[in-house]
Formats: sequence, C-alpha cells, structure tokens
Amino acid sequence: MKALVAIKRVVDYNIQVRVKADGSDVDIDGVKMGVNPFDENAIEEAIRLKEKGIVTEIVAVTIGTATHQDVLRHALAMGVDRATLVETQDSLAPLAVAKVLKSIVEREQPSLILLGKQAIDDDAGQTGQMLAALLKLPQATFASEITIADQQATVVREVDGGTQTLSVPLPAVITADLRLNDPRYVKLPNLMMARKKPIETIALDSLNLSLTHSVKQLSVAAPPERPAGIMVKDVNELLSKLRTHQGIIA
Amino acid sequence: MRTLIIAEHDGQHLNEQVARAVTAAQQWQQPVDVLIAAAHTDALAAQAAALQGVSSVLVATDASLQHATAEHLADLVVTVAANYRVILAAHSAFSKNVLPRVAALLDVNMLSDVLEIVNQNTYVRGIYAGNVLATVQSTDATQVLTVRGSKFAAAANGNAAGTQTLSVPAAAEGSRWVAEAFNKSERPPLAAAKVVVSGGRALGSADAFAEVLAPLADKLHAAIGASRAAVDAGYAPNDLQVGQTGVVVAPELYIAVGISGAIQHAYGMKDSKVVVAINQDPEAQIFKIADYGLVADLFEAVPQLTAAL
Ligand SMILES: Cc1cc2nc3c(=O)[nH]c(=O)nc-3n(C[C@H](O)[C@H](O)[C@H](O)COP(=O)(O)OP(=O)(O)OC[C@H]3O[C@@H](n4cnc5c(N)ncnc54)[C@H](O)[C@@H]3O)c2cc1C
Repeated sequence: MKALVAIKRVVDYNIQVRVKADGSDVDIDGVKMGVNPFDENAIEEAIRLKEKGIVTEIVAVTIGTATHQDVLRHALAMGVDRATLVETQDSLAPLAVAKVLKSIVEREQPSLILLGKQAIDDDAGQTGQMLAALLKLPQATFASEITIADQQATVVREVDGGTQTLSVPLPAVITADLRLNDPRYVKLPNLMMARKKPIETIALDSLNLSLTHSVKQLSVAAPPERPAGIMVKDVNELLSKLRTHQGIIA
Repeated sequence: MRTLIIAEHDGQHLNEQVARAVTAAQQWQQPVDVLIAAAHTDALAAQAAALQGVSSVLVATDASLQHATAEHLADLVVTVAANYRVILAAHSAFSKNVLPRVAALLDVNMLSDVLEIVNQNTYVRGIYAGNVLATVQSTDATQVLTVRGSKFAAAANGNAAGTQTLSVPAAAEGSRWVAEAFNKSERPPLAAAKVVVSGGRALGSADAFAEVLAPLADKLHAAIGASRAAVDAGYAPNDLQVGQTGVVVAPELYIAVGISGAIQHAYGMKDSKVVVAINQDPEAQIFKIADYGLVADLFEAVPQLTAAL
C-alpha cells in the first residue's frame, strides 16, 4: 500500500523566536529551519511500516517555496521514496493546506495518509482533521501506536487522562503524536544519496483550487514577562515566602 | 444569530471546562446553546441547563453516540450549524479532534486555543509554544474556535434553560471505538488543580515519583505533573505531561522539581500564579520563570519541604 506523508518546514524547535520591532510578524530571517517534529514522527512511522512490508511506497509532500526542498531532502534521506513540492510564495492557513493536500491525495490515491498532530509554529493542530473531512475519510488523531492488518489500522490515541483505541478502515488520515516513535537520525551518506532521489514540483496555481484567506494576522507581540523571581537560600525561607501568599499553603 | 458550545463529558458528568466555554461565549452577546451528544443525556442536559448564561440545551440521544467518533460528531454539528454564528468549545483533546473537522465541513478556518476574545471576530492566541502572542482576525461567516479554559472563569449554576431534541444522523461507516484506558487517580485533575507538583528527568525513576514527589503532592492536595523527558523515560504516565504537547495548567502554585524549563514545558505552566523551582543547576532556564528558586538537590530539598509542611 502507498503512504502519503505531509510535512511542514518550521523554525527549529530549540529556537526561541523574536517579534519584529514593528510587531508585524515574527522575525525568522536567517533562523535555523527543519522538519516539524511531529511530522518527523509521521515520516518515521511510514518508514517502519515499509520495513515491516506493509507499506510499499512512501510519498512526502510539502507546500512552500523552492527553499522548502530541504525538508523533502531530509525525508528522502530518512527513507521516503518520492517527494512532491507544491510551490507557492503564500503562507497558507490549515484549511488551505488541507485543500492542497486533498488534491495531492486524489492524484496519488494513498491508503494511508500521515501527518504530525500539530505544527510547532502556529500550534493550530487542525490540518489532519480538516483533510480527513474534505476527503470524507475516517480520522485518528494524536496516535501513539499504529498497527495495520487487513486494510484496518488499529490506533492508540492520546486523550486527556489516558488513551483511546480506534479501529480505522483504510484509507484514513492519521496524525502522529511525539510518542509514536523516535525518528531515526539521518546519516550524511543517506543525505548524499537523497540528493539523487526525485523531487517533483507542482505550481500551486496549476491545481486550480479556490483558497480563501479568511484569517489575517493583525499583529504579534511578546507575551508579558513574568516579574523577576527571587532565589531563596533554603527550604525554610521558601516556606516562609510561600506563606506570605494568602491561602496557597496552610 | 446564536453561539453553540460543543460539550465534552464522560457520559455522566459535564467536563468542568464546559462552564468556562459558556463564559467565553458571552462575549458575542447572543443566545448561547450547549450541544449534548450521548447515549444517555438526561443527567448531562440537566447539568448544562443549570449553567448561567445558557439559553437552550440541544440534546442528541443515540446509542451510536456512546463512544462517538469525530466523524459522527462533526456530521451531527453540521446539521445545526446554519443557526450559529459561533461554534465553540474549550481546548482539549476532545475538541481538538472534532472542531477542525466541523470547520472544514463548513468550509471555514478555525482558531485553536484562543486566549482572549478581543471582539466578535478578533482573537489573541499563542504561537511558537506561547513565545509569541498573535492577534488574528477571521472574516468567516461562522467562527469556529477553541478557547483556553483557564483564561475564562467558570459560569455559575442556578439556571434552568430549556432543552430541544435533535435528530441524530446515521453514523458514517468509518472508525470504530475499541477501548479506552484512563489512569485512575485520587488526585485532582491536572488541568483544574489548585496546586501542581511536577517532576522532571532528574527524578530518575518511577519509584522516585512515588517516594519523593507523591508525599509532597499528598500534603498539598496537589496534582502530579511531569516533563516530557520524565514521561518518555517511563517515570510518569503520558497524560501527566505538562507543556506544549501535553496539558496546560494554571494552578495557584506550581512546583517544578528537577525540570530544566525548556520552552515546550514552560508553555504549559506559564499561567500558574506562583511558580517554585527546585533545581541543582543555578543556570537552569526554569529559574527565569520561577517566582521562587531554590538551588538544591531535590532528593534532599523535597523531603525537607514535605516534612516542614
Ligand atoms: C515538539 C516538541 C514538543 C515538546 N513538548 C514538551 C512538553 O509538552 N512538555 C515538556 O515537558 N517537554 C516537551 N518537550 C521536551 C522539552 O524540549 C525538554 O526536552 C523537556 O522538557 C526536558 O525535560 P526535563 O526538564 O525533565 O529534563 P532535562 O532537560 O534533562 O532537565 C533535568 C533538570 O534536572 C536538574 N537536576 C538533575 N539532577 C537533579 C537533582 N538531583 N536535584 C535537582 N535538580 C536536578 C538538571 O539540572 C536539569 O535542569 C518537547 C520537545 C519537542 C521537540
């Protein structure tokens, strides 16, 4: 079966981004970028399913400028077979991304569609569910375990207070939680080899989608800083400080 | 037009976040309805009807809603969506699963984890793990959003709203509920706890969570939380993870024990009123966001603190 993995290029998770002086946007000029961590879990899962002989081909897709090929190269180096870049200068909201991915799914006809559960830049966590809705497919979000047999996926999902298990007929959309797996480390020779693998580029315009931009970012700001705290010398001092806060501790 | 709240519940009790969503919903100054979808709805509908500010409770009762899938719930919400200008829920694993599906079926965008409702279509939400606050405006005809419960007070009881019965669409063929496993605990739920005691990788074992952290939590009637590193190492179950990818907490007191304070962890605890950090590394990031910092070995300081309480 074919698996399609959608990935997003985001600011590296170690970096604390800053706001531009005019408050118009986040300043990410020259900042280190990489594959969204949850999407890396999705890629890893597809590769493991291929190694188990369940998946036969993996296609990775991203949306963005030519620069975004780097995350596709990373996916190819991890073990993805083919990659597609849907090229656009615009940054798209989750609904638009889902519409683009829908048209790629319709071309590729994968049995399994994997995405990360959220992107660490906008923290929206919507694209997988929206894609499933547009495709009228079942969804299993926040997966921490995926088992596939007889065209069914059994998915353990992380929910508040515990886990839930779903049985999901394929094709389906599944979104990955961090605990799904540990993405493999990409070795340099694999990265070199990945340079030879094909990346197909499709112009967003050629997909003839009507994408509305209904959400506008008006401004961004740094959150209010917590007032500087104090260091206490021992447990007794800590306790006496806490006791000055009415009712916090007896 | 009206506002619709999708109620989360466990079959018997409304999640306490529903009352917070009701408060958020007052911002639009239009009637607020609450949707209860379950196999048995009487008790749940009564709880929703009692919330101040609720105008009407929409009741969808069907065996197929016992363990409703996102597919089924989204189809149900869409049957009534035309009556609503706003569709809202408190941000949680439940709403994160269902509402984006609803939004896409309505062909509108969605705003996740809204911290502040500025006006009828403008919101403040955190991006980049809460390191940046973005003000965003949506021109969609139906506003679909989840709100951060802890930013809104819970609506009080004492109301007696009327109910309306909805017909339930046939469950789509698709995913099927198989099982669920909740970690039973006598402690208060993390998201609602007044005091949270959280442990990090430094605890070193599940035993240390039980022997060092639990007695402190017992004395403070606190929920126990954990960093991702502690969860990944198996010291604590994953539903105790506090942070960008775990639970967001807003207690009166948050005690971070052996936690470095990575931005992803800080995201989940920044709304705490008073933060205490115990860490042996004076340079640890956590001290920058703590009100009180104690540089100490947790294996000495925590038992001392517990004994002194
Ligand atoms: C996409 C993504 C999402 C993430 N989401 C989350 C999330 O939701 N929540 C989360 O917590 N993390 C999350 N993380 C992980 C996060 O980046 C950190 O790795 C994690 O929070 C570190 O956990 P820690 O502080 O327990 O461990 P460490 O960073 O290992 O820190 C341990 C601390 O304990 C101190 N220490 C050691 N021994 C002692 C002792 N005896 N006494 C006192 N102090 C001691 C050390 O000085 C150190 O500061 C995420 C990461 C990614 C990439």
